[in-house]
Amino acid sequence: MSAEPTIFELSSPGRTGVDLPAADVPERPVGELLGAENLRDALPLPEVSQVDVIRHYTRLSSINYGVNTGFYPLGSCTMKYNPTVNEEIAAYPGLSKLHPYQPEELSQGILRVLYDMQFFLAEIGGMDATTLQPAAGAHGELTALMLFKRHHERVGEGHRHIVIVPDSSHGTNPATAARCGYEVVKVESGPDGRVSISALKAELSREVAAVMLTNPNTLGLFETQVAEIAEMVHDSGALLYCDGANMNAILGMHRPGDAGFDAMHFNLHKTFGAPHGGGGPGSGPVAVKSFLEPYLPSPMIGFDEGRYYLDSDRPDSIGRLHAFYGNVGVIVKSYAYILSLGASGLKSVSENAVLNANYLLNSIADAYEVPYGRRCMHEFVASASKQKALGVRALDIAKRLIDFGFHPPTIYFPLIVPEALMIEPTETESVETLDAFAQAMRAIAEEAQSDPEVVKSAPHVTPVTRLDEAAAARNMELQWTGGD
Amino acid sequence: MSYVPNTDSERRRMLESIGAESISALFEQIPPSLILQRHLEVPGPLSEIELRKYASEISRANACLDDYTCFLGAGIYDHYIPSTVPAITGRSEFYTAYTPYQPEISQGNLQAIFEFQSLVCRLTGMEVANASMYDGASALAEAALMATSITGRKGWVVSSCVHPAYRETMRSYAWASGCRVVEVARTGISTDFEDLGRHVTDDTACVIIQNPNFFGTVESLSEAEAAAHEKGALFVVCCDPISLGLLKPPGEHNADICVAEGQPLGIPTGFGGPLLGIFACKKEFVRQMPGRVVGATTDANGRRGYTLTLQTREQHIRREKATSNICTNEALNALAATVYLATLGKHGLRRVADLCLQNAHYAAKTIATLPHYELPFDAPFFKEFVVKCRKPITEINKRLARKKMIGGLDLGRFYPELVGHMLLCMTEKRTVNEIHSLIEEMAS
Repeated sequence: MSAEPTIFELSSPGRTGVDLPAADVPERPVGELLGAENLRDALPLPEVSQVDVIRHYTRLSSINYGVNTGFYPLGSCTMKYNPTVNEEIAAYPGLSKLHPYQPEELSQGILRVLYDMQFFLAEIGGMDATTLQPAAGAHGELTALMLFKRHHERVGEGHRHIVIVPDSSHGTNPATAARCGYEVVKVESGPDGRVSISALKAELSREVAAVMLTNPNTLGLFETQVAEIAEMVHDSGALLYCDGANMNAILGMHRPGDAGFDAMHFNLHKTFGAPHGGGGPGSGPVAVKSFLEPYLPSPMIGFDEGRYYLDSDRPDSIGRLHAFYGNVGVIVKSYAYILSLGASGLKSVSENAVLNANYLLNSIADAYEVPYGRRCMHEFVASASKQKALGVRALDIAKRLIDFGFHPPTIYFPLIVPEALMIEPTETESVETLDAFAQAMRAIAEEAQSDPEVVKSAPHVTPVTRLDEAAAARNMELQWTGGD
Repeated sequence: MSYVPNTDSERRRMLESIGAESISALFEQIPPSLILQRHLEVPGPLSEIELRKYASEISRANACLDDYTCFLGAGIYDHYIPSTVPAITGRSEFYTAYTPYQPEISQGNLQAIFEFQSLVCRLTGMEVANASMYDGASALAEAALMATSITGRKGWVVSSCVHPAYRETMRSYAWASGCRVVEVARTGISTDFEDLGRHVTDDTACVIIQNPNFFGTVESLSEAEAAAHEKGALFVVCCDPISLGLLKPPGEHNADICVAEGQPLGIPTGFGGPLLGIFACKKEFVRQMPGRVVGATTDANGRRGYTLTLQTREQHIRREKATSNICTNEALNALAATVYLATLGKHGLRRVADLCLQNAHYAAKTIATLPHYELPFDAPFFKEFVVKCRKPITEINKRLARKKMIGGLDLGRFYPELVGHMLLCMTEKRTVNEIHSLIEEMAS
């Protein structure tokens, strides 16, 4: 397959991909209106026909793998099927072609969606109030830590400057804490893969503002002592945050708020059916207990005397995290998703996500090490340590899976398992798909013994094979500089 | 509607193979006291037919810009979206993919992002661009944080002519990270550059100007640039990408960082989200830049390919030492902007910008002749302008709404001293007839 040229190489002077009408108002010279000194000379954009545009990006789509292409067991990312009806609804002109500053009386439908979602998410998380403003999970984490910071300031505890994160946490947790002006302290996991209570206790002090936990954690294990942890954390005057990345395991079964968490974020693009978009847009609403509600970003959506409104009268609010009300288009998809499933459907999501993960774990446990036992929640971490002894690494196995038609699992994370293969099948996969994947995993384990080279040189079926990432970082070719 | 394919008999077979008695046995890690003993209180389940019907009802309770003529801007714009854009962003190979961490099966997405970065650089005149941020407001806050980490200084000097919601976002970020926002006064609807000069000190990390500013005014950037660089601060420009079809780009004004709200580039108004944060800077600062970046390289067989690069800046590698906490961004909207810019190209974008400019100036000139209205400020403007109204703006807008028009923004909402001033916007979609309808209704 020959490489697809860039859009710039397809350019031919004089072409354009769309017709625009002529001005029907009397025209005046541009220089006169804007000032000649303010005008630019060259505008080096490509000149291509409409068919060039469509073919070019269609060809690019054909060398991209999505959930609609096949099985995508990328651990911690919850790559479930994204219902097409939600895409259609979110694109309804009456839900997508709205201006954020248009009068409230002309926006009652969309305000209702947002108002309802504030409640649905609080109910699902066992919390009291929700802000929909954060545009992604990490943005939600930042929002929540700001809420904690404001709370501590208000209660005279503003000196608290440390945030504790477990060593198995997502990288966004420590990065967010640092972004919010906190010092980060890492606690190690115990041998069972869960937070070590004694290690955590040793770090808790009057200096600690918050502890950030993911539950179930990134090893796919429920933090069984979470209620005790919450008590310890609260006794020390700190607050407890739940990274809700793994909510797909516990919908309708367990609510973080009931275990004592003070705030949490949701990833609508993981748990609630919205697609990842190749890296976004996501949506990361934050739900909190009532004592944090006054600090939530402005505006919130209110309802009074039969009408929905934007409530900007929030004197204690931390302010704003987004220019408007968050990623409304993504929220609409998740709203449709929750309505489709209802309470029983949401619970069934988690039941089947956990069933599928346990089934897959047990289907490959003969070929790969599974360091944390034969039971997991919605995902599990296997290790390629046996294969590494043969010179085949987790990275090689991941790349070889591509040849079998599957997207690889997460391998760069969690950092505490050597040669990690973090596998999350989700509830929308059939047993046949799981069997086929397990078969591929076992076949690769075989190859690691019989023909390691074929694994180490994978993938073999893609338009490019492994890329020289060191050269990419060294050369820093970050934009097209060739000719047009 | 459930999306679970497992049948009851399959579930039984799977449980048997696991060696578990029931599905609830798989949840035994959760202490019984923490298991929810009731159903969640959410509505549903709805079938697809019921869901569509309900969603249509809800959508009809909104005024949609297909039915209403929009003269409202203020950061979100009703520009034309060519049909090529949804045709490409609707391809599920793109929209159902994750972040392209596995480059061999993500070349489509990676090359599109590489083209996005290239187009942003060409449009803004900057040297490097990232793969996107959440929106213009958070991109601006991140630019200021980046300036702080480069200069080691904590003061962010920002014009009060920058979008009020962006300034509010910056204040939240500044407070959380121990930085300080210093607001510069305005003269009329332009930045007061004398006041700006007074506020830039040895502790200023950056000077931030929006151009065209929130009021639509084309600012004189050279004064701000000089004031910033004289004191060793970074010069940050927030711009409207459509205006760059005509206006001199921030790179030519020696901006160190350029951010923009990319929504005008083929993204629906969407009640204000999802949006597209555009972020570009000088190459010397690339290692302090937040967000993902794609670079070109070659594979083991010497074939050209693309991959995420400079990842040692990012949270999944550097954790608390990362340049930002951003992970998920707005990739699909970056793709929309890429297809938009490719479709319009050099001539199309110039044409869009020119039509906005011509429509806005024609409308402004005509409104100024009406008895109860005046244009109180004399400053060059692009597609938005400020009108002083002698009638209450809510009343004017109510009248307009009855005629299926969305009127301008009441500036008193954000600038109490500008009560009675309306910010109007004309995009390339507005026709002379629509403008006449607006004027007729305003005059009556």
